[in-house]
Amino acid sequence: MRILPLRILWIILLAIPALAPAQADPANELEALKHELARMRTDYESRIAQLEQRLDAAEQTGTSSQPDNGQANFSPGTESYGNMASTGDRGNSGFNPDLGVIFHGQGWSYSNNPDDYHIPGFPLGGEAGPVPEGLALGEVEINISANVDDKFTAWLTAPLVIEDGEAGIEIEEAWIETLKMPAGLSLRLGRFFSNIGYLNTHHAHSWDFVDQPLPYQVFLGSQYLDDGLQLRWLAPTELYFELGAELTRGEGYPSGGAVNSGVGAYTLRARLGGDLGFSHSWQAGLSYLHADSNDRPAGNEDDPYLFSGDSDLMMAELVWKWAPNGNYKQRNFKFQTEYIHRNEKGSYGLPDDRLLPWNLDQDGWYMQAVYQPVPRWRMGIRYDTLSSDNPAMDFADTALMPGNSNPKRYSVMADWSNSEFSRLRLQYTQDRAGDKDDNQWGLQYVFSIGAHGAHSF
Amino acid sequence: MAHIPSDRIGKFMRKHIIPGLVLLFLPLVTEAQLRVFACEPEWAALATEIAGDLVETSSATNALQDPHYIQARPSLIAKVRRADLLVCSGAQLEIGWLPMLLRKGNNPDVMPGSEGYLEASLQVNRLGATGGNDRSQGDVHPEGNPHIQVNPHNILLVARALAERMSRLDPPHAGRYASGLEQFSQRWSSAIDRWQQRGAVLRGKKVITHHKSWIYLQDWLGLEEMATLEPISGIPPTAGHLGKLLNEFRDESGADFIIRAPYQSEKASEWLSNRTGIPAVMLPLSVGGSSGASDLFSLYDDILDRLLNAGKQ
Repeated sequence: MRILPLRILWIILLAIPALAPAQADPANELEALKHELARMRTDYESRIAQLEQRLDAAEQTGTSSQPDNGQANFSPGTESYGNMASTGDRGNSGFNPDLGVIFHGQGWSYSNNPDDYHIPGFPLGGEAGPVPEGLALGEVEINISANVDDKFTAWLTAPLVIEDGEAGIEIEEAWIETLKMPAGLSLRLGRFFSNIGYLNTHHAHSWDFVDQPLPYQVFLGSQYLDDGLQLRWLAPTELYFELGAELTRGEGYPSGGAVNSGVGAYTLRARLGGDLGFSHSWQAGLSYLHADSNDRPAGNEDDPYLFSGDSDLMMAELVWKWAPNGNYKQRNFKFQTEYIHRNEKGSYGLPDDRLLPWNLDQDGWYMQAVYQPVPRWRMGIRYDTLSSDNPAMDFADTALMPGNSNPKRYSVMADWSNSEFSRLRLQYTQDRAGDKDDNQWGLQYVFSIGAHGAHSF
Repeated sequence: MAHIPSDRIGKFMRKHIIPGLVLLFLPLVTEAQLRVFACEPEWAALATEIAGDLVETSSATNALQDPHYIQARPSLIAKVRRADLLVCSGAQLEIGWLPMLLRKGNNPDVMPGSEGYLEASLQVNRLGATGGNDRSQGDVHPEGNPHIQVNPHNILLVARALAERMSRLDPPHAGRYASGLEQFSQRWSSAIDRWQQRGAVLRGKKVITHHKSWIYLQDWLGLEEMATLEPISGIPPTAGHLGKLLNEFRDESGADFIIRAPYQSEKASEWLSNRTGIPAVMLPLSVGGSSGASDLFSLYDDILDRLLNAGKQ
């Protein structure tokens, strides 16, 4: 990911307040103000006249129906000047755009050396793998969003990160989306988390565990993120039914190299969902990702395994949520499971400079359950695992040869949220993915300030 | 594979597949009614009071759910997609989920700023606006308290805006919306007279509330709020805060009622009630919040019944 210097962020942040007044032309503004004042006055006058009439009427009915109980003591709701704007405002703050900052820190302790972490048969790519041991700032995520005009809305997620001791800013998501396309369609352009699977669109601060499950780490490099365009269609039916397709650059893992002149991958997706009574709701989906890659690196950064060829991923998801009467604040339960199958066909360039043909099926799945017994406290369990066919014997003694047993992990977590804006979490994972079992302890905090976020299902 | 006679396939199609497809696409065919998607049940009830069977209403929340905390469920996204008019309390009550429904609902007719989007709290004088936005004071509402439905005068103000909006969206029936509003206004105004007579004895009564859900009711009936069970807005009652309240309100002389909504846990109010003798009262905050509150009229009847009954004990 491209890192911009921190001072560019400062320039952006400092420029925002300066931009707003700069847009208005003083002469026009004065004219508009005068006009507005005149309008307000006539509006007020008619309103006061109306109110007087109503007061008279109220006094009359008051005296006629109940002569002696002081009707006038009751406070009638009064119309506000908000009423003058006949259409509502969205009014999150007087400041456009909405600005939110999420502090997302984590600290890990491992019984094995995390630098040696590997999963036999699955060299890691993208952002997969353990974060460095010890306490760390993690990410400070800046979210900026606003409607551009009546037809477009824009979103920016830019984490501030420390890499090799240097502070920098990344562009995680930056997209614009249509608001007014007809026929239940919408189009998104820019850089975004692909809409495949269930967890892929969820930002790290909204995960129920500190890290991603194994299938996401090995098959999607933690999360599939790329530049491109996304089309969604929502059916006008009682049952939630959505179709989606994306065309992307083909640079984010599991694609690589931006082949086909920079249109290297596409995705397709169908999703269904609904309620069962007031207490249960569900969502199920199928997605497909096709990526064309050229020299996609995985494994050791200095000595990578380079894959060139076609990746085909099939994903299935099921999410079920329960809360008594649908009252989530008091008590709720969430179950989710996903399955990913990957076929890759092409060739591998090995660190020892051999180039060998490759055609292999691999898959993995996870399931997790999170329960909130009382407000603010939640606990969860998760199981995730992978399996792989055996490649040709040429790959013996390489990172592409799977181990004798399937990689798997067991995790438990507990978290506490003082309010909607704060969360502290402790997680324990027994990792049986490598040659030697690893006991991992994770601590995480997520705090958010600024604009009140809205979360997807 | 066994041979299946084609007439059996035909029969199967006629009996199961075709009716199934018809059911699936029926919503596409019956376009007669105006579809009103309310965020809270009181606005769905109000639309029905005014427009009767001209509208098909649904509500995102029911009265047993805290409307600030529901999930942006797929079923709700599907409803937003098909809605002609959204009616929501606003003032950030639905901020945790409504923006997501709108973003995923792909329905330009109900986007904020369009005819099909009505924010009920903009129609009334909002109380309790904090102006400032310091969240150490809790999950504050800089634009004012959103629970406007518990002053009946507010209902009338929203009714006017709603009727106007429905007739603009469905001009052929404008006359029926106007007469529906007229009839409702008359019935409602005389009901207000009745409620105000009954509620007169409540003036000046002191209340402890679970959450600041009742400030419009307090304002209307002249109740005096002494404290809230939540230490700050949006944070559930803590042992420490309840202990402090117990010190402050040692017996029943300190307050007349402890009020909570049906979706708030009864534990805190019962705890304080048992130790102080101040009666704990559950009041429906919307239509469906109690067995008595089956529509807007009986909602207010039931609120007054419960307060007056608790006052007698």
